[in-house]
Amino acid sequence: MSSAWAWYVFVGTVVSILACFWLIMFSKRQGPSPDEIAGSEAHVWDEDIRELNNPLPRWWLWMFIGTLIWSIGYLIYYPGLVVVDGVAKWSQVAQYEAEMAAAEERYAPLFERFSAMDVEALVNDPQAMSLGSSLFANYCAQCHGSSAQGAPGFPNLTDEEWLWGGEPAQIEQAILKGRNAVMPALGPALGGESEVTAMVEYVKSMQDGQDTSSPAHAKYMMLCIACHGPTGNGNPIFGAPNLANDIWLYGSSDTVIRKTIMEGRNGVMPAHEALIGPDRARILAAYVYSLSR
Amino acid sequence: MNHQKVEKNINLMAILIVIVISIGGLVEIVPLMASSSVMEPYEGIKPYPAVQLAGRDIYVREGCYNCHSQQIRPFRSETERYGPYSVAGEFVYDRPFQFGSKRTGPDLARVGKRYSDEWHRIHLLKPQDLVPDSNMPSYPWLATTMLDGELMERKLRTLKMLGDPYTDADIEGAAAAVEGVTEMDALIAYLQNLGTARSAR
Repeated sequence: MSSAWAWYVFVGTVVSILACFWLIMFSKRQGPSPDEIAGSEAHVWDEDIRELNNPLPRWWLWMFIGTLIWSIGYLIYYPGLVVVDGVAKWSQVAQYEAEMAAAEERYAPLFERFSAMDVEALVNDPQAMSLGSSLFANYCAQCHGSSAQGAPGFPNLTDEEWLWGGEPAQIEQAILKGRNAVMPALGPALGGESEVTAMVEYVKSMQDGQDTSSPAHAKYMMLCIACHGPTGNGNPIFGAPNLANDIWLYGSSDTVIRKTIMEGRNGVMPAHEALIGPDRARILAAYVYSLSR
Repeated sequence: MNHQKVEKNINLMAILIVIVISIGGLVEIVPLMASSSVMEPYEGIKPYPAVQLAGRDIYVREGCYNCHSQQIRPFRSETERYGPYSVAGEFVYDRPFQFGSKRTGPDLARVGKRYSDEWHRIHLLKPQDLVPDSNMPSYPWLATTMLDGELMERKLRTLKMLGDPYTDADIEGAAAAVEGVTEMDALIAYLQNLGTARSAR
């Protein structure tokens, strides 16, 4: 704020306080004179209580003066007058930074201890897992669920099925950099309605072995094999799901599988590096790793 | 002066009341209007593109501010959860700002890029599909309602009149930009941009 405006605030504040003081002294008086009482046309209650310019109650008056004195103390302590900083040198940002520095001092040794531990040790450390659980609740639960069991389109983290690999380093990578899965829309490439229906059936029954007699088999070997592999086991490099088991990311109904084939899917895990930083990401990765075991 | 004069002359009393209650505003609000931290956009903050602006208007229309605040206060308990605290320069193009006053749901000031577009789509259609305990209502009509291009053009023109630095090209392109865009897409575009100018830890 420019100094002209600072002085504007200073003058406005000081004049207001003085005006309040003047107002209270102006209206503080001992009570109406006998002439005023005699000349009053106002109502009278209980013989002598009149609607006149009566003195303020003493307790109220002192309370008002008390607030004026308080305001002077406040403006000396805090930077309310702008032109001076106040003896406390208080600022909102400084208070926040002090709070953060205190937390850093408290938690830095903890993270230092964690950084010397490998993932196995972290998984067996109750303090690390408690921290991981808090981080999970804040950053992960909205998509993966508070019990980490996922939702349609958002992977279950408690089972042994991993789209992008379940090794701690792979989990950490997913947290830091995010993941972008691309399943292209294959409706037009498959041809007509009957081909799509055949493919839905084929994919659905893959967990019981590939039906090489299906007309969809040839199409699978042409269109799907690159990502999902010749036997449908998926590929963690692309995050392509394993189709040869009974775990379904988006659901196993005909309608859902058809929609996936026709329109494609774009599963996104957002990058968290900027949000949580590497130290916390590592604890979180260890926690997620622990969930599946 | 005797205060009987004030009590018996209602016009004088009204004038004096206005003067007295204006002082707080004159001292606390007027200087802010000359303060660059309040009036200058924070680095990276630009006027809302047409689609995001439409999304913002939907946010206001649906009353999202009743349950979601958009202001992270400078306390560790808030910055750990949501991200860096909000600064005034982030809100220069918000008319009016969406600080809100109550958090039935979480603060949204830094929700941008936290979840995928698809997450928002599912969540707005039926929040309980993703968060079973959520008491947020569903907004299914957003997915089937289209934006009005002609209206967006007028909105941008009005904002330019109020001083937001839109170019003529922005205004002429507004209708085309929202062509075929649903209210759902617009709201998600708005949410995905929220707080991203100042999101790093």
